[in-house]
Amino acid sequence: MSELATSAPATASAMRFRRAGLGEAQVAGALIAVVCLVLILIIALPLWTLLSKSVQNVDGQFVGLANFAAYARSPTLVASLVNSVMVAGLATAIVIPLAFVYAYALTRSRMPLKGLFAAAALLPIFAPSLMAALALIYVFGNQGILKSWMMGASLYGPIGIVVAEALYSFPHALLILTTALSLSDGRLREAADALGTTRRRIFWSITLPGARYGLVSAAFVVFTLVITDFGVPKVIGGQFDVLATDAYRQVVGQQNFPMGAVVGLVLLIPAVAAFFVDRRAQKRQTALLSARATPYFPKRDRQRDWSLFAFVALVGTAIVATYGVAVWGSFVRYWPYNLSLTLNNYDFASVEPTGWEGYVNSLKLAGLTAVIGTAFVFVGAYLIEKLTVFPRLRGFAHFLAMLPMAVPGLVLGLGYVFFFNASWNPLNVLYGTLVVMVINTVAHYYTVAHITALTSLKQIDREFEAVSASLKVPFWRTFSRVTAPICMPAILDIAVYLFVNAMTTVSAVIFLYGSSTKLASIAIVHMDEAGAVASAAAMGTVIMATAIGVKLLHVALNALVFGRLQRWRVR
Amino acid sequence: MKTWILAGAAAILALTAPGAAFADKTKVTIYTALENDQLGPFKQSIEAAVPDAEVAWVRDSTGVITARFLAEKDNPRADMVVGLAASSLLMFEKAGMLEAYKPAGVDQLKEIFRDPKEPYAWTGMDAFLGAICFNTAEAGGAAAPASWKDLLKPEFKGKIVMPHPASSGTGYLMVAGWLQSMGEEEGWRFMDGLHDNIAAYLHSGSAPCVQAARGERVIGLALDMRGAAEKTKGAPIEVILPKEGVGWEMEASAIVKGTKNLDVTKKIADWVATKDANALFSKTYAIVAYPGVANIPANYPAGAEQAMIKNDLSWMADNRERVLAEWSKRYESKAAPKK
Repeated sequence: MSELATSAPATASAMRFRRAGLGEAQVAGALIAVVCLVLILIIALPLWTLLSKSVQNVDGQFVGLANFAAYARSPTLVASLVNSVMVAGLATAIVIPLAFVYAYALTRSRMPLKGLFAAAALLPIFAPSLMAALALIYVFGNQGILKSWMMGASLYGPIGIVVAEALYSFPHALLILTTALSLSDGRLREAADALGTTRRRIFWSITLPGARYGLVSAAFVVFTLVITDFGVPKVIGGQFDVLATDAYRQVVGQQNFPMGAVVGLVLLIPAVAAFFVDRRAQKRQTALLSARATPYFPKRDRQRDWSLFAFVALVGTAIVATYGVAVWGSFVRYWPYNLSLTLNNYDFASVEPTGWEGYVNSLKLAGLTAVIGTAFVFVGAYLIEKLTVFPRLRGFAHFLAMLPMAVPGLVLGLGYVFFFNASWNPLNVLYGTLVVMVINTVAHYYTVAHITALTSLKQIDREFEAVSASLKVPFWRTFSRVTAPICMPAILDIAVYLFVNAMTTVSAVIFLYGSSTKLASIAIVHMDEAGAVASAAAMGTVIMATAIGVKLLHVALNALVFGRLQRWRVR
Repeated sequence: MKTWILAGAAAILALTAPGAAFADKTKVTIYTALENDQLGPFKQSIEAAVPDAEVAWVRDSTGVITARFLAEKDNPRADMVVGLAASSLLMFEKAGMLEAYKPAGVDQLKEIFRDPKEPYAWTGMDAFLGAICFNTAEAGGAAAPASWKDLLKPEFKGKIVMPHPASSGTGYLMVAGWLQSMGEEEGWRFMDGLHDNIAAYLHSGSAPCVQAARGERVIGLALDMRGAAEKTKGAPIEVILPKEGVGWEMEASAIVKGTKNLDVTKKIADWVATKDANALFSKTYAIVAYPGVANIPANYPAGAEQAMIKNDLSWMADNRERVLAEWSKRYESKAAPKK
């Protein structure tokens, strides 16, 4: 909401010019109200239903905190809580230092092949989380190619979960830390160098403190990601129960909705905490950079550059190789007894009734989410950022748009089950359809898309709106003629972000699919459950190839088309 | 001229009419716990036999489907149940959730596959057993188990997987089989010992055998047919029916009370009792309801029908909740990491 406050001075001058009449203001008010209503419907109400469900018994009567008491008394569920916190804590402790050094190498060294290794580390983003677990089974499972490295320990359980989650969450931490490290004031380093400060001292007194908010933010993001992830523990957890699998078992396995709601709310705690810590951290981080800050350009240093290169090469290769083994495994006829290659595992119909249909459904979901979601998010962000009327309503809309950041997919999915499957809800006809999954996926990834749109809108001078208003051009014409074309790269970013996430998500939609709308990512869960690991890996490979293909297309489009059109931005 | 055109139009209409009728098929939602790879062929056969039906499967493991069906008691979303454990259907029958209907031709089926009580509500399809899949390549010289008690040997510690009885029908039939054939006290004592050797309880009836077949585990307690199928694909396993006899369960079908598509579901219920349908079942199950229909698959263990213990399905239905609660109390609360 801080961005709204900064817009206040501009508001007054714009208002003076706003003579277009009541008509335009009314249209604006109605549009903002529609955005608010839609956000309430797709985010606030499902969460509210989840909350109210947790204080009811199975028959829907109010029982206060009885479910929470029952939860605290059940040793299995409490054990899962302890397990979840332990696994998430360990994964965070492993990922953050590794990602920090990796990000350090990418931003503060002159090592070669930076672009290649930056791309390599992002690989896990393009696959469902389960793919990491499947890959580990091929590498370290009881018939894995590096089984001996396990020294007799079993992969199935906490070890497997921690390693797979670390792989899966690595790029998320890396993206945050790269941003944090590149946002530093080069003058500090230069001053330290001039004073002959030792390198160790520079690291501890300049580099690390400068990135500390990024570190806190990354740690919370990874912790939340791991504790709410469903795919990895489902595949590789063995008898090690965690909260995410408990929620699934309570709701799908035992149809015990109130207890599922309780587990969902427990999962909400770390996510909400992360949300507030992150907001505080971001405020401080921006305050650290003054207008006179200069970017830091690392000098050549053979020893540092090559040792960082060795580290990055090791980690980057490990990530790519692990996923590579899963892709290879998907072509193997009968692991480990017959390693000849075949396409049989891609004949999904032989192990899964929906066959390739799941993939088609996933494409539909991703396409619709990208188109509808991008349009709605961008128009919404425009109304919130660029209009000057109804500041309260716009503030409220912005708050609703930021809410999904604090809600893990699994929790949102549970809320949707309770809200969209309720007998009193006239929208319950949508339950099990692709429509409800599209709505859910847009809501799930709303915040990041919203922030991307806001950031790009803020770069455009408010004068455009002011001039349009003085020329009596209504805001929608300014939007379609000026704003939207200028923001095309950001709009495309949002669309690709939504597409890739819709292809790979499992945790929310696992509760929402119907008999004819099963997705590829859910088919992976079911194929793995039936023991068809190779076909599960094959479907993961197909999803990964699609997501990477779309991303490459995006990169190419940016370079070829927008590179030229946006050249005016470069001074 | 005009009449000629009219006649032509009428002829075209007459020709296309049956096509139009095919186009409006009734969508029948069927809850099932059949294995994933069976659903495609089953749908094709049902739609060929009952042309006005369009089958929409809702598939999950036995425990999940049973829980879901019971939870939807007030507002059932299924029209039929096909290929779900008879012990679950007996529970539904008791809860008054099944439509009374006796399919045509039911009397030709083997007696044990018919609902013994009036009003007639469910029809058996096939029987499946709980067998041992033993990976000979990964056993490390250990002798193949011949008796259930052999599974308690220390060399199998952490090497056995079995289906979770609360989610898998195969898992429950094994637990119920041990309790019935060994007696309750002895049965629980056996499972206490077995639990010490179990690496994981999986959520499907085939996955344990698939994992054993791939050498991921040494022993998988699983659905008999899956063992035969994996061995045929080239897995180094033996499918063993222990000498004390094995627990078994039957898959059955029934119409859900309150369905809006009663006519079509009745036709599907009739199809279940036909010889053709049973020929289809026999492709994936060794023992089916129709007498004389048999298709013993390659690598299927000999003597399966003799190995079936005396099994009381209504005992399995009546005691399901109690047994599962006891099982969960004993093995789930300490099911945390076992290495």
